Amino acid sequence: MDQHLLSIVLLTPLAGLLVLLFIPSKSKDLIRIWANLAAFAGFLVSLPLVSRFQVGLRGFQFEERANWIPSLGAHYHIGMDGISLLLVMLTTVMGFIAILCSWSAVQDRTKEYYAMFLLLQTGMIGVFVSLDFFLFYIFWELVLVPMYFIIGVWGGPRKLYAAIKFFLYTLAGSVLMLLGILTLYFQHFHQFGTYTFEISELMKTTMPLGLQQWVFWAFFLGFAIKVPMFPFHTWLPDAHVEAPTAGSVILAAVLLKMGTYGFLRFSLPLLPKASMDQTIVQILAVLSIIGIIYGALVCMMQKDWKKLIAYSSVSHLGFCTLGIFSMNPNGIAGSVLQQINHGISTGMLFMVIGVVYERRHTREISEYGGLAHVMPKFAVIFAIAMLSSAGLPLLNGFVGEFTILLGAFEANRIWAAFAVTGVILGAAYLLWLYQRTMLGQVTNGKNLLIPDMSFREVAMFVPLIAWAIWIGVYPKPYFDILRQPVAEIVERVRPGYYSGGVQNAAIPRPVARAGVAR
Amino acid sequence: MQLWLIPILPLAGFVINGLVGRRFSRGLVSAIAIGSVVLSFAWVLKAIFGLGDLNSRYVEHYYTWIASGSVNIGVDFAVDRLTVVMLLVVTGIGLLIHIYSIGYMAHEGGYYRFFAYMNLFMFFMLVLVLASNFLLLFVGWEGVGLCSYLLIGFYFDKQFATNAGNKAFIVNRIGDFGFSLAMFLIFKNFGSLDFTKVFQHAPGASEAMLTTIGLLLLVGACGKSAQLPLYVWLPDAMAGPTPVSALIHAATMVTAGVYMVARSWPIFIHAPSAMNVVATVGIATAFFAATIGLVQNDIKKVFAYSTVSQLGYMFVGVGCGAFSAGIWHLMTHAFFKALLFLGAGSVIHALSGEQDLRNMGGLRKKIRWTFLTMMCAAVAIAGVPPFSGFYSKDAILLAAHEHAPWMYWVGVVTAGMTAFYVFRAMFLAFFGEYRGKEHPHESPPVMLAPLAILAVLSLVGGFLFNIPAFLSGVFPAREAVEDSSLMLISVGAGAIGILLAWFVYVAKPAMADSLASGFGWIYKTLYNKYFVDEIYDAAVVDPLVSGSRTVLWKGVDAGLIDGSVNGVGARAQDVGSLLRLLQSGNVRSYATWVLFGSVVAIVAMALAGIGSTGGLR
Repeated sequence: MDQHLLSIVLLTPLAGLLVLLFIPSKSKDLIRIWANLAAFAGFLVSLPLVSRFQVGLRGFQFEERANWIPSLGAHYHIGMDGISLLLVMLTTVMGFIAILCSWSAVQDRTKEYYAMFLLLQTGMIGVFVSLDFFLFYIFWELVLVPMYFIIGVWGGPRKLYAAIKFFLYTLAGSVLMLLGILTLYFQHFHQFGTYTFEISELMKTTMPLGLQQWVFWAFFLGFAIKVPMFPFHTWLPDAHVEAPTAGSVILAAVLLKMGTYGFLRFSLPLLPKASMDQTIVQILAVLSIIGIIYGALVCMMQKDWKKLIAYSSVSHLGFCTLGIFSMNPNGIAGSVLQQINHGISTGMLFMVIGVVYERRHTREISEYGGLAHVMPKFAVIFAIAMLSSAGLPLLNGFVGEFTILLGAFEANRIWAAFAVTGVILGAAYLLWLYQRTMLGQVTNGKNLLIPDMSFREVAMFVPLIAWAIWIGVYPKPYFDILRQPVAEIVERVRPGYYSGGVQNAAIPRPVARAGVAR
Repeated sequence: MQLWLIPILPLAGFVINGLVGRRFSRGLVSAIAIGSVVLSFAWVLKAIFGLGDLNSRYVEHYYTWIASGSVNIGVDFAVDRLTVVMLLVVTGIGLLIHIYSIGYMAHEGGYYRFFAYMNLFMFFMLVLVLASNFLLLFVGWEGVGLCSYLLIGFYFDKQFATNAGNKAFIVNRIGDFGFSLAMFLIFKNFGSLDFTKVFQHAPGASEAMLTTIGLLLLVGACGKSAQLPLYVWLPDAMAGPTPVSALIHAATMVTAGVYMVARSWPIFIHAPSAMNVVATVGIATAFFAATIGLVQNDIKKVFAYSTVSQLGYMFVGVGCGAFSAGIWHLMTHAFFKALLFLGAGSVIHALSGEQDLRNMGGLRKKIRWTFLTMMCAAVAIAGVPPFSGFYSKDAILLAAHEHAPWMYWVGVVTAGMTAFYVFRAMFLAFFGEYRGKEHPHESPPVMLAPLAILAVLSLVGGFLFNIPAFLSGVFPAREAVEDSSLMLISVGAGAIGILLAWFVYVAKPAMADSLASGFGWIYKTLYNKYFVDEIYDAAVVDPLVSGSRTVLWKGVDAGLIDGSVNGVGARAQDVGSLLRLLQSGNVRSYATWVLFGSVVAIVAMALAGIGSTGGLR
């Protein structure tokens, strides 16, 4: 059981999907119950990962490895370190909650809808645990398909435009990424005479700086479009606005993290020289900062509630990428934590929109106002989600932002100074949104009679709020989990960082690999 | 000593009232809210008596909060004599204002919400003063800002209230920009954010570094404590219920900046130019705000600008190195300004919501207790000896004179204006003929009792609590300068202010209007607060909004980026429609293409073969 734990986590949604296919399309309630059960099971089986994960071990845990296509050198090789662990947990939690929040929102083609979500779930987990580039690429592309359909079939009025834009943008990125992967693959063959997609093997390839830079930019396009970093972000607002609520929740909470994860897992460790190239780092940091400020400013002007939150993602993910390109432990650890935080906070904000959209079927901010009078419970939950997104201390966002900014400051003071303005603007657009939708008198008669949140709706938010408070008040376990993998990345990119005179740097003890579950 | 209980108790009150207070009776809600503050106050007293003379800091470590890389920040509380003063002010005044609120809020909706927010405020404020490192202080700092936002916007029906709430939060965030950068710089230089460590190593750092840190901290303090140029949120914050104005926007939260500067004295003391900036900002704010206070007609606005002005005095104190004088004024100001606001609340309550001084008058006979207690505050703030404000203001002005004589003289003029505007408000409200329509009624005892206690404190708080003596071990020693002529001058300025107010508003009431019209444009400028809000709007807010909308969103996002993306799409379609011509359905033409393609493929492979053997490496 233990040695296949990760496979079980990976395949549980798929198993749920297989059973789902045999349920007749007409029995909608059964489909709903089953899909929720399957997603919940997916969450439950991922819990042992947390309890059995050994903090501080070098390398990967729960590894499983089997030959897949020997002639190509492709393997079924999965495993996880602290970064993967947190992202997988985010995926299983948000996946379940996204499926739960579709209960009443989706009425047609329920079977296909839930099938897409379960498929998506496996794809996303696969991306975060693959240790073989071929396998990774399969999962990476696999995620694209169900998301395309979720937007294109169950989306809003301009769903086709949005879905195709989403698909083409990401596909363009991933094709370039594939070119990068193949370059690495052939370079490795030239040097070692064997074909392999094994990431640990590819890491041994030495490449001249010039070539590393080309590969870096190829990867960059793939990942930057996914994040999305400025100026590759324009697919995101359209995709979010048209996607159904659960689609937006998953898109924001998990899918975008595939890009940042790609930087951390592939760009940095595989191309350390390019990653430390001053020009490249400068460009990426500046793009991140532009993303932070630009995203926030554009966000402020939106008239569409959902578009506003979509642009806020551009701003928040700017913090995540800035942390990565600070290339120091605080920046990177803060970035991963902030990725989790963004998943929780923005996931909640999209669910908040889902709640009102189900009642009023409009996302125009001007259609609302004074909702706090008619929906007091909703007002409280929205306020908490807003504050967690705005980075209020004792809620999750603050810890991540602070650590990132500390890392950015260590890298370059000017970066930090600009990035902090994003924190000011973050408060501005969220408070203004809250004021326009929730406060004041009810001016639109249609809003007078809408019901407050039901028990099921409140229940969806409670675990996320609890999680937000946990990270805000006691984030130490997260930093403990992240310390080792982050140290490995930093060591790889900046050899000697820990031994060189960085004050008070805690030197991570390399632990023997003997005890790793194999 | 279980210091954590001090803030946790109000937090418990917040959680209970916040979650289920809606279903409770008003009595139960206030019992929980006030009970939690009483317990907290009691625990403060117990802790103080249990900790002895507190000549050194007493620290409690609870758990490690953030530990990443070289960062290790704990949740630690500490108590020293400075904290003791702050704890007593916060819980003591906080308790009185909570009790007062029972009466004031009796007829308002959202009763449980109000008390929940107030308790949450107490929690964050106590975290702020107990914090033993900069980040934890920042937690309290942001938290009180949140509560301020929530309470300013308490009447969330009203657009101006919610606008004021947003403004307060955002302006504070601008200040936090400085505070955050200061923290990063402190961490970078000292490898820690812990007070003990940072202050231990501060003397070893370069003066330029300490000056930068000090100035950045000052930016934060200017936001929270409403100093130039970030004071603009505080006058608007009076949109909240009056007890909130008294507690948060007069007695406690707004003094956090002064506390923070005083707490960071080891940094400032080695950065004399930063201290000079602190003092200059303080004196400028004190003067500037006082001039605006001279002509306001809303009773709460008068006291709001007065608060800004008095906070300026505190900054002068700490900026001149007289840290204990600044804290002394912080305390006496908490007494008399809380009392002025609560008294104003009592007046407003008596007049069923009327706040305009022009619609008051002659109230001294109708609401006698309110009048008497407020008079105690008025003489205290005007610096009449031997009442509380006299002591602390005198200590600050003496230090200012030692620092730079011009600051003393500006301070004296400001003291005169202070006496004038406070007594102007008193005379307009309580003397002359009643000009309003409502029937005034005295407030209930539950409101008057806190007023009475604060009145006593305002009168005797100065000589009863000799803060400089109490804090002598905390701050660097200063030579005590006694200059009775300087003292007499400032007292004289206060007396002139009071007499002038008496003359203009009681003896010759017609004079006020003729003065206003005589100095038309000055009056207008002051009345409109130097048009600062309008200038900020035109210089910052509007360009930001329209720039974001037209340039960034419509221009860059929709125009440039999406335009080129869609352009690529359209070109791809063109190419596709050209390529479609190839797909003719003619077998012979397909065969030709296959042949052509094969040739190209073979050539390409040959070239690639050459490349892979020779080139790529």
